Parts: sequence; C-alpha cells; structure tokens
Amino acid sequence: MDYQAIYTETIFGLDYPTLWFLVIGGVFTGYAILDGFDLGAGALHLFFKKEENRRIALNAVGPVWDGNEVWLVIGGGALFAGFPNVYASLFSGLYVPFMLFVALLIFRAVSIEFRSKEKMSWWRKIWDTTYTVSSAGLAIALGAVMGNVIQGIPLNEAGDYVGNGWDFLNPYAIIVGLTTLALFMMHGALYLALKTEGAMHDFVGLWVKRSIIAFIILFLMTTGYTMLFVEHMVARLKDNPALLIIPMIAMLSIANIPRLTEQRKYTQAFIFSSLTVSMLFVLSAIGLYPILLRSTLDPAYSLDVYNSAASQKTLGIMLLMASVGAPLVGLYTFIVYRSFRGKVKLDEHSY
Amino acid sequence: MYYAMSVEILARIQFAFTVAFHYIYPPLSIGLGLLMVIFEGSYLRTKKEVYHKLARFWTKIFALTFGIGVATGIVMEFEFGTNWAAYSRFVGDIFGSALAAEGLFAFALESGFLGILLFGWNRVSKRMHFIATLGVWLGSMFSAVWIVVANSWQQTPAGYHLVGDGMSIRAEVTDFWAMVFNPSSVDRLSHTWIGAFLAGGFLVISVHSWYLLKGKHIDISKTALKITMPFVAVVSLAQLVTGHHSADGVAENQPAKLAALEGHYADTAAADMYIMGWVDQKNQEVTGIKVPGGLSFLLEYDFDHPVPGLNAFPEDERPSQVNAVFQFYHLMVAIGMALIGLSILGVFMVFRGTLWNNKLILRILVLSAILPQLANQFGWFAAEMGRQPWVVYGLLRTSEAFSLAVSAQQLVFSLVLFAVIYSLLFALFIYLLNKKIVHGPDQTTLLDYRPNQAAASKIYEEA
Ligand code: HDD
Ligand code: HEM
Ligand code: HEM
Repeated sequence: MDYQAIYTETIFGLDYPTLWFLVIGGVFTGYAILDGFDLGAGALHLFFKKEENRRIALNAVGPVWDGNEVWLVIGGGALFAGFPNVYASLFSGLYVPFMLFVALLIFRAVSIEFRSKEKMSWWRKIWDTTYTVSSAGLAIALGAVMGNVIQGIPLNEAGDYVGNGWDFLNPYAIIVGLTTLALFMMHGALYLALKTEGAMHDFVGLWVKRSIIAFIILFLMTTGYTMLFVEHMVARLKDNPALLIIPMIAMLSIANIPRLTEQRKYTQAFIFSSLTVSMLFVLSAIGLYPILLRSTLDPAYSLDVYNSAASQKTLGIMLLMASVGAPLVGLYTFIVYRSFRGKVKLDEHSY
Repeated sequence: MYYAMSVEILARIQFAFTVAFHYIYPPLSIGLGLLMVIFEGSYLRTKKEVYHKLARFWTKIFALTFGIGVATGIVMEFEFGTNWAAYSRFVGDIFGSALAAEGLFAFALESGFLGILLFGWNRVSKRMHFIATLGVWLGSMFSAVWIVVANSWQQTPAGYHLVGDGMSIRAEVTDFWAMVFNPSSVDRLSHTWIGAFLAGGFLVISVHSWYLLKGKHIDISKTALKITMPFVAVVSLAQLVTGHHSADGVAENQPAKLAALEGHYADTAAADMYIMGWVDQKNQEVTGIKVPGGLSFLLEYDFDHPVPGLNAFPEDERPSQVNAVFQFYHLMVAIGMALIGLSILGVFMVFRGTLWNNKLILRILVLSAILPQLANQFGWFAAEMGRQPWVVYGLLRTSEAFSLAVSAQQLVFSLVLFAVIYSLLFALFIYLLNKKIVHGPDQTTLLDYRPNQAAASKIYEEA
C-alpha cells in the first residue's frame, strides 16, 4: 500500500509527516540541549568535594531542570501523536530499558528534591551519589537509545519487536551512549562555568577541558564505527556531497569549544556546544529520513514517516498546536532564565 | 491463551498500580495550587504578612507533592507505549494529540514557572511571583484537562471514524472539538477538578487543625481555616452536583457500567439505590440497605422507571468485577456525603468561634485529609473497572490492547521494580511531609536578592 499518497497537503512544499518529523527532531534537539546541560552537571556532581560547592552546582540547575525535562514529555507526546506506531513499537520493544530509564529519572528527580532537606552527612552523601549515578546513567541511556534507533532493531511485519531482552546492549549503542555522556559533561561543565565564581569556577574550567578531550576521542570512535558498520547512515551523504557541509559545521563547532574556553569565553563556548548537539541531530536525521525505526530483519518492515504516521487531519491540528505552543514555551523559558540570570546565590529557599 | 491472559492481567495490574500511585499527588498539587493562589492574592490585596506566610508555607509542601507528581507522571507518559502497544496504535491518532497538548500547553506552563514559584520569592517582584503561582496552578488545571479528555474519549468515543481493518484498524479524528467535548468530558473533568480541590483543601484543614490542637501557630491557623472551611463546604456540595451529572451520563452512555455501580441485574426492572451493600455475583443478588427504586428516581424522577440491568447485556460485554465496582462507587459516595457534613459543621463552628477549642472536632479534622484521597482513588477504580471489558468503550477490548512484544516476566520485573521504588518514595514523602509540618511556617521576613537591586533591601515588610 502506498502510504505516502495519503498525505496530499503540504506547507512550504513539505508534506505533513515530513514536517512532523522535523518538529519531533526539533523537540528532541531542544531536549538534548537543555536537559543535556543539567544531566552533565549532575554527572559531575560528585567531583565537587565541598558541601557549599555541591549546593551551588545543584542550585545552578535548581530552577530550570524540571522545565528542561518537560521537553522529553513533549517529545514523548509528540511521538505518540505524530507516529503512534513508532511510539508503540519502540517503547514496547525496549520495555526493560525504558523501565530502567524512568526509574533513573525518578531517582534523579528525587535526589535533587530531597538531598538538602536534611543536614546529616550520610543523607546528603546518599542523594549526591544517586544524583550523579542517575544523571550519568540517563545520559548513557539516551545515547544508547539513539544508537539503537540509528542501527535499527528487529521488528516483525506487525511492527512488534522480536529480539531478545538484552539486544539493546550492543557495541554501537554503548559507544554512542558514552559519547553522549562525554558531550553532556562538557556541555554541563560549560553551563556551570557560567554560573560559578572563584575557585569553583576554576575547578569547573578544568572539567570543561577533561570532558572535551574525552568527547573528541569518543566522537571520533563513533564516527569511525558508523562509517564502517552502519552504511545506511552515510549513504545519503555519499549521494549528496553538498550535505557534507553539516559534518563540517559540526567539526568546526567542536574545534571552537576548546579555543573559546582557553580564552574564557564561556558564553560563546556554551553556544557552540549547543550547536554541536544540534548538528549531531541534523546528521542523524539526514541519515535516517524517511525511516524512523529501521527493522534489521527486513527493510520492508521498517517504520517510516508515512506508514507510521497519524492521519493527515491530526497532523494538521498538531502543527497548528505546535505553532501556537512553541512561542509560548519559548516565552516562559525566556522569563525563567532571565529571572535567574547571573551567578548562583544560596538562600533559605535554595536546595 | 494462558500466556495471553497473564500478560493482560499483569499489564493491567502494573498500569493500575503506577497510575494510582501517581494520582495521590496531582490532586494535591491542583488543590494546594488554588489555595496558594488565594493566599497570595489575599496578601497582595491586603498586604497582611499572615497571608504571605501561609502562601510560603504551603508552597513548600506543594514543592514536595509536585516533585513526586512529576517523577511518577513521566512513567505514565511512556506506559501507554510499553504496556498497551496495540491500544496506542488504535488510539494514537486521537489520544496522542491530547497527550502532546498536555505537554505543550500544560506541563510547560507549570514547570516553567515552578522555578520562580519555589526560588523566586526574593528574586522577582511580588506581582511577578503571583503571576508565577497563578501560572503553575493553571498549568496543573490544564494538565488535568487533557488527560481527562483523553480518558473520557475512551469511555465515550466521539468525533472519530474507523480506518483500516484487522490488526491495523484504528480510530482517526473527524471532528476535533467533538473529540474533545465528547459526551463525558465536561462532567468528568469538573468532577476530577473538584476532587482535587477537596484533596488540597482538606490537607490544609488537617494541618492547621493539628496546629490548633498543639497550641502552635494559632493566628495563622485560624486565618487558614477561615478561608479554607467555606471553600471546602462550597466545593463538596458542588461535587455532589457533578457526581450526579456523571451518573446521568453513565446511564446514558455506559448503561452496563451504571448497572454494575448499583449491582442491578434484572433485565428491565426499576432499580434500587443502595446506601451500602454486598453483591453476590453468583446468585446475582445484593444484600444491604437500600432505597427501593432510588436509582430509577434519580435518573428519571420516577420510582418505577425500568433501568436495564446487567443481564440485558451479553455476558462478554459486562464488567466482571461487579462487587468491586459497587464497593468503590459506594465508598466514594459515602465519603462525599461525609465531607459535605463535616465541612458544613466546620463552617458553622468557625464562624461561631467554637471550633478553636473543640478538641474532638479538631481531631476528626486532622484525620479528614485522607478521605478525599480515598474518594479520588475509589472513583477512578469504579470508573475504570466499570468500563471493562473495553479499553475503548464498545470499540476495543482490553484483551486486544496489550503489547505483544512484552513478556510476563518483564512485566513482573517492572512491577517489582516500581513497587520497591514507590514504597521508598512514599516513605520519604510521609517523612518529609511530617517534618515540614512539624517545622511549621517560617517566622522570618525575606531579603531582596533581585539582580540589579541593592542587596538585602527589604521588599517584604512585616505587617
Ligand atoms: C486530574 C489530573 C491528572 C490525571 C488524571 C493524571 N495526571 Fe499526570 N499530572 C497532573 C495531572 C493529572 C499534574 C497535576 O499536572 C501533575 C504535574 C505535577 C504533579 O504533581 O502532577 C502531573 C504530572 C504528570 C507528568 C509529569 C509532567 C511534568 O514533567 O511536569 C506526566 C508525564 C503525566 N502527569 C502524565 C499522566 C498520564 C499519562 C496520566 C494518565 C494515566 C496522568 N498523568 C493522570
Ligand atoms: C490518574 C488516575 C487514574 C487511575 C487511578 C486509574 C485507574 C485505573 C485502573 C485501576 C485500571 C485498571 C482497570 C482494570 O484492570 O480493571 C486502569 C486501566 C486503564 N486506564 Fe486508568 N486510571 C486513571 C487515569 C487514567 C487516565 C487519565 C487514562 C487515559 C487517559 C487512563 C487509561 C487507562 C488505560 C489505557 C487502562 C488499561 C486498560 C484497561 O484496563 O482498561 N487511566 N486505570
Ligand atoms: C458526592 C457524591 C458523589 C457522586 C454521586 C459521585 C459520582 C461519580 C460517578 C457516577 C463516577 C463515574 C463517572 C464515570 O465513570 O464516567 C465518579 C467518578 C469519580 N469520582 Fe465521584 N461522586 C461523588 C463524590 C466524589 C468525591 C467526594 C470524590 C473525591 C474527592 C470523587 C472523585 C471521583 C473521581 C476521581 C472519579 C473518576 C473520574 C471520573 O470518572 O470522573 N467523587 N463519581
């Protein structure tokens, strides 16, 4: 059946499923940029030794982490609404990893919320540890999901997952997971650099450097692995050399980060690490489109934007909603970040 | 077959457990949010410090309920896909847009302003802070809208047509607004909202009654009760009205559920209304205290009006747990009546000034916070179990809705996982709630930390 033929309406020459693919890509990119820095900051948390520094690090993300996480919720809803088949196949297929993933999300939320509610040092140590472990775990898990999506998972004709329970832990998923962790740590360290002063600021600067090195090494490994073993990701770049501009931008923006941190231009460095995150998503999107969830059993079983999409009418309604909602979300985000601009100060309402 | 049965049942237990746990917290957030808006609004209007202290105190408790509500809510967001893949494919076109709207319009508003609400007392102006409080509350109200609309659609589907066949059949939207305003949305939304106001209201009443018993924070507690008592009196009466509307709607749209609510079996006889009772499913009998013909009267104002009973429906289109549905429903209604009585008595005593020293009533009020919580849970269990065997009423059976890719072991694993995590969470919640309550409202005034302001200039003077 030709699903593509169903979607006749277009905006700017793009049909609705393609537009919604872009919207979802945009939402997950926004999520990675925003939650990326607070996950990264969380992964660094245990490296701060002094109680005061830990509180500063926590309060740097305090007023914003929850708002950042909402992007994940929006992404989940947008996937459900736009591509219900993908939502169903992906989450039921990766059942155990997703349950562990939400368990980590719960631990992380609870650690942030509860850590400073008691003075006892054992109490704080426990929550500091769960905070770091869950933040790092989430970063790795997000990367691993991305790795699985890029590689494909065993889907049968009905779109149901037929692999064994631990297939999701394959080499590619692990290496993309670690790369994501390093990327988020770099991104988070840059954010903390913007929010701290004095000795702590210098210490954070050190971690910016360490994580940049780790990220660059892992990124090269991922790239190598992708080029060698995940051919479908590079196929489109080979066919359209003009698209090579995207990896070029990605490389340049990565190279810029150490240079800018050297000059202590952290704001600009943070912007470039955000750009890096976006470019990686754009690259993945180019490699994947129009497929969303590749079946490793038979290409014909893959879920693409057409055979998994909601009806044209729903997509139209959702596009309208998104165009009303996105500016609103932008507005609140702006107000909140503005209200808490500047360096962190602790008071009785802080975590 | 055995395998399919157990996966279905496990998926239901796992889903019911996680969603019921989630539903402890959102009603508190919605209800406390409204009271915080009232307290802070009174402060802005009167400049009396006592309102400011109330608002700040309840914000701290709100932070706790909200935090756990978010953490447990994210689980729900993914569980439609994990547990109910077939259902997700069937309803995605309709349900998905409601869930996405919830994220976009409600959660973003809530979580966006949450930072300012919790940490912004002395970083933004009073007016901006009030706007943030209002934003967070409205956000929580909206999130109830979308999720209840989605749930109401599966109770009473409207504005859709079926496309495809066999395994790939699904419902697609034909009329968005008919989908949103399906026959049960408005009744059920108003009923859940008010259930949430009652949950928040009675928590406030409970805590301040406890302070009065202990002789602590007297002034602030009297002020709180003077506002909250009339509030719960009005909303508990309103709950009776919305509940009655819901029951009318159920009679019209889900007659098999209505029959189960009252344990009414006979094909076409006048239906009784029970105050309490026990359903013997085998013999199709109910023993208990009843108003003969009461249900017929409530629906049609005629004691003899025939109402279709469970036997009027094919065996495989009736809920199987009739007694459970009956009990949940009757407990909810009984609690509703108790809350009406308690709040009217409370208002009376507050304005006569006799409440402050009446230890017995204060003790009852301390315990009252649990009642709306129970009623909320019982209400959902009655509504959801009464809907069985359908996931989407009349269109999709629960037995066809679960994920084929998920095994019984995986479900048991996640059930145990969440049982452990949620027990821990619940223990922490109670511990910290207790701690905050014992600590009581802050007595300090706040310093101004706004960027660009001379540090430590006082904007919040003592009244
Ligand atoms: C009557 C209202 C109501 C009902 C029936 C539900 N929820 Fe809920 N939910 C809320 C009202 C709410 C709330 C008040 O908006 C939150 C925000 C924080 C809180 O404590 O509860 C919430 C939080 C919350 C979150 C976290 C959002 C954030 O990050 O801020 C998610 C993803 C969900 N919910 C999803 C669900 C799902 C999938 C449900 C269906 C089974 C569900 N909720 C039932
Ligand atoms: C938040 C409060 C809610 C509670 C306490 C609740 C309770 C329950 C319970 C007890 C069940 C199991 C019924 C059974 O197995 O007999 C159930 C099932 C279900 N509910 Fe709810 N529910 C809630 C909200 C919702 C909402 C808002 C939706 C959808 C928008 C929803 C959708 C479902 C679905 C899909 C199932 C599984 C299929 C089924 O058993 O019918 N529920 N819920
Ligand atoms: C005072 C008498 C009450 C009556 C007559 C009543 C009636 C009803 C009915 C008929 C339903 C089923 C609706 C459906 O399945 O579509 C329901 C559900 C529910 N009730 Fe009540 N109720 C009452 C009190 C309460 C109270 C006091 C609370 C909470 C504090 C409450 C909370 C709920 C909830 C959360 C649901 C599930 C959501 C829904 O279906 O609307 N109810 N109620």
